[in-house]
Formats: sequence, structure tokens, C-alpha cells
Amino acid sequence: MNTKRIVLVLKVLLWLGALAPTVWMGAGAIFGWLGANPIEKLEHVSGMTALIALLATLVVTPVRRLTGWNPVIQLRRPMGLFAFYYVVLHFGVWMGLDLSLELSWITEDIAKRPYITVGFTGFLLLIPLALTSTKRSIRRLGKRWVKLHRLVYVAPALGVVHYYWLVKADVRIPLLMAAIYTALMLLRVPGWLKGRARRASVVERSLAKPVEGREPGNAMAVGAID
Amino acid sequence: MIIRVRKPSDLSSSDITPEHVYVNRRMFLKQAAASAAGLALAPAALGALERSGPIRAPQQVDYARLKSELGEPVNSYKDITTYNNFYEFGTSKSDPAKNSGDFHPHPWTVAVEGHVKNPGSYHLEDFLAPYKLEDRVYRMRCVEAWSIVVPWRGFPLADLVKKAEPTGDAKFVEFTTVMRPSEMPGQRTGVLQWPYVEGLRLDEATNPLTLLVTGVYGKDLPNQNGAPLRLITPWKYGFKGIKSIVKIRFVEGMPHNTWWVTNPREYGFYANVNPHVDHPRWSQARERRLGELRRRETLMFNGYQDEVASMYAGMDLRKWF
Repeated sequence: MNTKRIVLVLKVLLWLGALAPTVWMGAGAIFGWLGANPIEKLEHVSGMTALIALLATLVVTPVRRLTGWNPVIQLRRPMGLFAFYYVVLHFGVWMGLDLSLELSWITEDIAKRPYITVGFTGFLLLIPLALTSTKRSIRRLGKRWVKLHRLVYVAPALGVVHYYWLVKADVRIPLLMAAIYTALMLLRVPGWLKGRARRASVVERSLAKPVEGREPGNAMAVGAID
Repeated sequence: MIIRVRKPSDLSSSDITPEHVYVNRRMFLKQAAASAAGLALAPAALGALERSGPIRAPQQVDYARLKSELGEPVNSYKDITTYNNFYEFGTSKSDPAKNSGDFHPHPWTVAVEGHVKNPGSYHLEDFLAPYKLEDRVYRMRCVEAWSIVVPWRGFPLADLVKKAEPTGDAKFVEFTTVMRPSEMPGQRTGVLQWPYVEGLRLDEATNPLTLLVTGVYGKDLPNQNGAPLRLITPWKYGFKGIKSIVKIRFVEGMPHNTWWVTNPREYGFYANVNPHVDHPRWSQARERRLGELRRRETLMFNGYQDEVASMYAGMDLRKWF
């Protein structure tokens, strides 16, 4: 199989996996298997899926680094967008079904409940990332795109804290997620150190002789968001 | 009002929904279904046929059609038995129903001890023998801001207290859940301190609302609901309703209830339902009644103010949450 075909297969698998929770929730709502508190169930499933998807998005770059197989990077954007989709769904179920679109309840919860404040902040941070996920934005924003998209490291952390703060006593799964997040961040440290050294040497060389034939925006965009 | 604690001899024929009403109701429903206008009328008419409030008439009761004293319909048996907080069997709501299959509530022994004239250890059957079981429809409000309406079967804890004859030193009653890690997978984890402990002040224990419960929907308690014996205090958050009780101890000091031990900032001893005192992490002003879409306002003392408020007169309920 050539690379294109492998990527296509991976993308198909990604779409199937990513849409499965939506299908499950939709079917559950129709066939009534969401249990005695279906709204809570929808909140849990969409929230858990969002968090898993956010963490999964952070897996892509370390996998590329460790395997050296660059095409895997093509999965990163769809994964990030799926994560955003589930965050939106989670937020929508909470706002629309759980709180019946009552503005005073919603604002009160966001202001007064720290776990909701944190979760809502994470949601807000993801909005500009989703809006600037197009190739055009990458080209247009250049280095600023790279900086902006570093928020993708913040959002999952807020998601994990949101989850940790809302459970009553059983913090095992939130702690597991915190551990996974920490590991994924630590895996990036060597890459960042190397990148910094490389950029330093590029600067040195470019002082001597300008580098030609590069598209700085794209190269940075793919390379620097580790 | 809701408390109508009566002896079976007080039972009047109007307490039992006679069979012919059921028959008529079915006919009525059929007729109602025949026209859209009839359908719209059906709930109101059914409501009129129902008697409300606690009832005792185990034989002929259609439990699914019972209502609370405020006219709220009971939740389905399925909802009541598949959506449970019983951490001994796991921390998600569906865990207790799934993981309690290996639990054996028979044979069962209950100990009554502490500052009482009549301590003892009893087989469950002997323990229950002196008491008259009755059905009562109560709201249950969980500290997590959801609620459910349940037709319990049990007897007033006050009856037991009377038989046990507490001495002057008894100020509180402490309850303990069975410790069986082999049958209760949650007890093999450190999620809470085991065994689960709860407590009531003596006047709370003898309040006519307080029940020792053995059944739901006219049947014995399923394992996931706290078989074979649990506590129900409907004006308090659900976690006060300790399940699978093996020990009832009359003590002088305030018992260290499990959730208070776990997180004293968030869970108190009293745990009275109070819409004005929020849990530090969520609002207690509203609740989701299972089966309803829109959240409803939470009532002070879960709507049992008339029966219990006097016990807390002069107490700062913000401090003693």
C-alpha cells in the first residue's frame, strides 16, 4: 500500500471511531437505553469523548517523532475538530437540556462553580483554534498561528481539572487522565529542546546566507506545534 | 399531611383502591385513547381516581400509579432499581444493579447496641417480627441535585427506639453497613472508608417520617437498593439513607458519618435538604426530578418542613449543613 492509501484507511477508521459515540447517543435517545437520567448520561458520554479526543490529538506528534512516519500528521486536524465537536455537544447538552437555556442559571453556574468555570474556559479557548483550522488561516497567520495553537496544550488540562473537580469521591479516572496528559506533555520536551537548538542554528546560518525556496508559514505550522 | 402513621386496624376501605376502579380505569383509558381530546383529558381524570399520600394496602395497590402527598407520581420500578448510589458496588449509577448479583442479604443479623436497656442481636426475621410494615411514598433528593419519588415499605424507626429503650446517655443513633468485600467489589477499593457509617440525632431518629425500610414497590428491597434493611429520612440528602444495615448503636457523641469523614467541607452530619445552602461545587437551589426535562425548585427540607423544621429551631443551618 502506498502512503496515500494508508492515510485514507486511517482517516476512515478515525471517522468511524469518532462518530461512534454520536451514533450511540442518538440511538440511545431513540431506543431509550440512556437510563433513568438521560440528560446526565449525554453529558457524561459527550464530555468523556471530548476529553479522550483532546488527549488523542496530543498523541499524534509524539507518534510521528517516535516512528518517524510523517504522514500521520494528517490525522491531527480531523482529531482536533472531532474533539471540538464533542466539546460543543457537551456544552450544548448542558446549556440546552440540563439548564433549559435559562440564561440566569447558566451564568450563575459559570460564575459560581469553579469546575464549570474551568470547563467553560477550556471551551472558549478551543473556539479560535477551530475557526483557524483551515489551510488558509495557517498561511495567513504564519507564526501567529503556531502561537495561537499552543492553546491546544491548555484546553485538555482544563478539561482534566473540570472532570477532577466535579466527581464526588472516585477520582481514579480523572487522575488517570491527568497522568496521560502529563506523559504526553513530557514526551514533547525533547522535541522542543531540539527545535530550539535547530532554530538557533538556522538563525546563525541565515545570518550568513539567506535560506531560499521555503514556505515559512507552512513549515512552521506543521513542525512547531508539537 | 403526609404522616399518617396508623395501625392496620385504622385502615378504612377507602384506603384500598378497589378492583372495580382498576377495571373502570382500563375501560376509561381505552375510551380515552380512541380520541385525541380524550387523551388530553386522561391524566387529569386518572389523577382524580388516585388517592395520594402514604398508603397501606399491600395486596391490591398499583404501585406505579401512586402519588406523593403533593401529587407527584412515583418513578418507575426500573428507574428506582437501576439508578443508584451505592458505592459498595461501584461509583457509577448503573454499577449497583450490575454488580450486586453476588450479594446475599439472607441470612442476615442486625445488632442493636450501645446505651439501651434492651440490646440484642437478631436474625432479620425476628428483628422485623414486632413491627407493622407500611407503604409510604417519599421524595428522595440526592446531594447531587437529582430527585426521585419512591413508594417505600418499612416501619418507623421510632418503634424500634421505643423497644430498645435508650438510656439518658443516648443522644445519637449510629448505623453501620455490612462489611463484605468479597461480595461488594467497591469495598475492595479505597474510594470511601469502609464500612459506611451514618447517624441521626435521637429526635431525628424518632421523628415519625424516619423509616427503616425493607421494601420498595411492595417487594423486598433489591440488593442495589440496600437489601435487606436500610434507612430513609426523606428531608435529608440521600446519602443519609444508609443501606444494608447490620448495626444500630445508641451513642453519646455525634457519629462520624462516612461522607463527612471523606470531605467535611462539603458534607455535614445533618445533610438537611436546603435550597439556600449550596454544596461548595454545585447549586442546591434546583434539582432534576428523574423523568422530567426542566429542573424544578428544591423545597426546604425537601417539602417536609411542617414535620421536621421544629427540630432545628434556632440552629444556624449554614453552619450545621
